Amino acid sequence: MENIIIIGNGIAGVTAARHIRKLSKKRIIIISAETDYFFSRTALMYVYMGHMKFEHIQPYENWFWEKNDMELVRGYVTKVDVENKQLLVDGARAFFYDKLIIATGSKPNKFGWPGQDLHGAQGLYSKQDLDLLEINAPNKEACKRAVIVGGGLIGIELAEMLRSRDIPVTFLVRESSFWNGVLPEGESQMINEHIREHHIDLRLATNLVEIIPDDQGRVKAVTTDKGDTIPCDMVGLTAGVSPNVAFLKGSGIELGRGVKVNRYLETNIKDIYAIGDCAEQHEAIGNRRPIEAVWYTGRMMGETVAQTICGNRIEYKPGHWFNSAKFLDIEYQTYGWVFGERGKKEYEEHFHWRHPQEKLCITVAFNKENNLFLGINTFGIRMRHEIFDRWLTEERDVDYVMEHLSDANFDPEFYKNYEAEIVQQYNSVFGKSIQSKKKSIKRIFQLN
Amino acid sequence: MSTYDRSMALTGQPPVILNRNQKIATLIGMFGLAILLLAAFNVSFPNKGLWLTLALTSIIGGTVWFSREAYLDKYPGIKNDGVWFKSLSNQGFWGWMAGIALTGFYIVLYFFPEYLGLVKGEDNKGVIGLFDPLSKALSGNPASQWFVYGTLYTVAILAFGIKFLWKYRHNKYERIRTYSVMFFQTAFAFIIPEFMARLNGSSVLNGGSLPYYDLKNMWPLNYYNFEGYRIKGFLSSGDIGFAMLIFGIASVFIISPILTYKFGKRWYCSWVCGCGGLAETAGDPFRHLSDKTVKAWNIERWVIHSVVVFVTLMTTAVIYSYLGNDTSKYWLTKSTFLIGVAVLLTAVFVWVMAFKRKQFQKDAIYGAIGYFVIIMALLGFHFFSGDGNVFLFKSETLRKSYSFLIGSIFSGVIGTGFYPVLGNRVWCRFGCPMAAILGFQQRLFSRFRITTNGGQCISCGNCSTYCEMGIDVRAYAQKGENIVRSSCVGCGICSAVCPRGVLKLENGPLKGRIDSNQVLLGNDVDLMQLVNQK
Repeated sequence: MENIIIIGNGIAGVTAARHIRKLSKKRIIIISAETDYFFSRTALMYVYMGHMKFEHIQPYENWFWEKNDMELVRGYVTKVDVENKQLLVDGARAFFYDKLIIATGSKPNKFGWPGQDLHGAQGLYSKQDLDLLEINAPNKEACKRAVIVGGGLIGIELAEMLRSRDIPVTFLVRESSFWNGVLPEGESQMINEHIREHHIDLRLATNLVEIIPDDQGRVKAVTTDKGDTIPCDMVGLTAGVSPNVAFLKGSGIELGRGVKVNRYLETNIKDIYAIGDCAEQHEAIGNRRPIEAVWYTGRMMGETVAQTICGNRIEYKPGHWFNSAKFLDIEYQTYGWVFGERGKKEYEEHFHWRHPQEKLCITVAFNKENNLFLGINTFGIRMRHEIFDRWLTEERDVDYVMEHLSDANFDPEFYKNYEAEIVQQYNSVFGKSIQSKKKSIKRIFQLN
Repeated sequence: MSTYDRSMALTGQPPVILNRNQKIATLIGMFGLAILLLAAFNVSFPNKGLWLTLALTSIIGGTVWFSREAYLDKYPGIKNDGVWFKSLSNQGFWGWMAGIALTGFYIVLYFFPEYLGLVKGEDNKGVIGLFDPLSKALSGNPASQWFVYGTLYTVAILAFGIKFLWKYRHNKYERIRTYSVMFFQTAFAFIIPEFMARLNGSSVLNGGSLPYYDLKNMWPLNYYNFEGYRIKGFLSSGDIGFAMLIFGIASVFIISPILTYKFGKRWYCSWVCGCGGLAETAGDPFRHLSDKTVKAWNIERWVIHSVVVFVTLMTTAVIYSYLGNDTSKYWLTKSTFLIGVAVLLTAVFVWVMAFKRKQFQKDAIYGAIGYFVIIMALLGFHFFSGDGNVFLFKSETLRKSYSFLIGSIFSGVIGTGFYPVLGNRVWCRFGCPMAAILGFQQRLFSRFRITTNGGQCISCGNCSTYCEMGIDVRAYAQKGENIVRSSCVGCGICSAVCPRGVLKLENGPLKGRIDSNQVLLGNDVDLMQLVNQK
């Protein structure tokens, strides 16, 4: 019987384990230094906010692992000996593997800011970071102001978390508008407004210069490149994440920023695979980045590698890009590719609609040469994944998408629909006369 | 595991302090309750009508003002900050206190109404006496403990309904649903039956008198609807009475199956039902306390279906007991009735076993067969044992034990009294036979499902945590499966709290409704086929 060892019990590692168990009776050992049981990393924020207790963000009950014959080991892998196919956990315990899956995820970026390792300065990625946050920012008395550095998804989540305890937040964002490296301008603007209406002190185009300590080595203030000094008790460092692979240096496994893998998720060493945040493709797949620190990517890679390990060697072929997030009260979904100013392709044209009062908007990207639908971003309107996946596969043109937009709506029943307004504006901008079709159960569920 | 123990943290608490206005609002509400409490201790108020108005207005006003302060200065959106930090909503000290107080109230209400001031044949005293003016204004009769309860129940649904409307003001599904339960409680459960009592003895009813009848409250939730005294009441009250009896039967066998087929059992459980109405409004702050474990689910299935068997036997026995044997007097006799029940149950059983067997867990099949055999054996008793006892027990014994165990203890004392400890739908989930029957239809024969949006689930657990019925919604969503569960009451909160827009309650075609394929979109098409192979 083969020994499969998985380092990391996040979504990638656990998905791989579940699918290997479905397909085989191989021995499965999951090693994690972070927690005893798998939890949903994306839900850590809700524990701090009091929406859930930590046990609620664990998707499986504790008996699940033993019942499915998965051995859980708590410890930090300090060494991988690829010659002898052996691991050392905490420098002492040795484990032998026949196949090894590296799924160690990421760690928060630190760019060498002075004072970045002071007490009170922290990232937000792991369970330990969450525990640390309870110490650094338990309430508004102990933390009179927090400064967050880095305007991405984790930054805005951290801001929302701290605001749930009434802690004043200053949010330093390098870009001229929130997340505009990814979002088109109109959307980014709307999120700026929404951040500010939640009483978050948003400072755009502002960089951290230095974190100043008090005489006990705790965070006291930060200075910015605008010349401001902001007194604070906590600094959130949320300028992205990078693969957590330092423990593999010198092991012989090829590393770039992450663990280098081919399309089969195999590393340069036989029987060693890498999946999830820590895997780096030799070449980017389509418009994707070589490293994708995304929940869904981890899950898809886990499913794929399980097939390969169980004897059905299969290439990692992600389908159409999709993603989602929530910015305070505004839900965001994206299907296909819509680029911000920076990444926009020369053939890419956008149609943007925003509701005059409510915080709702969409952006549809299409190819201006042949009208091919490329992708959609939606804010405050839910869309049906299956429909957009189908339209992207069928290579529909943008007119078809606008005409059938009602089919894609996934808002709860009785919600007000905006397709008519959206199509009307589309018609007037592009001089077309498309009629918005009524939602059809037949088309949605493909009944004939 | 190193979980962070909040109760030990000296500082790690969120701002849960009430603002000044909320403190005043709490005082006003407490003042209203204090009047009722004083009345219960036999303080005699001079002008009862005025003091009752003052008490009810204070309770509603205090609750509404408190809610206004809680929600209206915030942006519309999910308002669950600090839910697990508050003692009242976290099974903490105040939660237990509230649970004990409510439980105590139910025990007094059901078993010791004289402590509330009920006096038979004379003027009421105490808190029931305080409600006399209102009762007389509505029905012309003095109040009873049930009138007091009904009034407070309606007040709770209205006041906390307004709170819920503000809490979910961004969500139109939640709002319309809440207007609906507020309407059905006020009109159908409270006002209409009281007014109808005025008709009793009048010529419209041919001089007969109708039993108290909340029209939306159908058998078997309304387990006493076909008892002898009620049937007599209906039949003595002319065409109106007869129409109501027919409506009572039709709502069980025709109306509810059609509506459940089209919309799922939510049309009843979270849009119409009074128990559901209270759970969704006053009970909303406790919805996350329901147990989500597989163990709880197993207990649920056995307990609730046992209650269905119990209520079926009990009702059959009761109806049997007042039917005659002589076909020349009335076509429906003891024997024809029992044969009718047996045929109906056999038809359902055979249909399920023939067409839907594959959708059952193994233990559910054993349970169904076991219960079917037991019911048939008991029905057969009539024909083998000659006359006299049916079902081994006297029908009166069955009726009394059901009414005590299920009607009072389970639905009242445990079901509502334990809101702050076990969650707000304990009765609906573990006990309600109506929910079980509608759920059976919903699972096997309905267009309703909660659709999972492709691969967008991030397994965060908000849906499962806030499911009042204890359904582990996430377990389905994270696999890309639709949620088709008999216990789902369609409250829509899972969809509301989902941060990624993954869940949608909808009525759609039967084909592909129960997604046994685990579709996770976004992945390689060939791989998805492999993963979906069973």
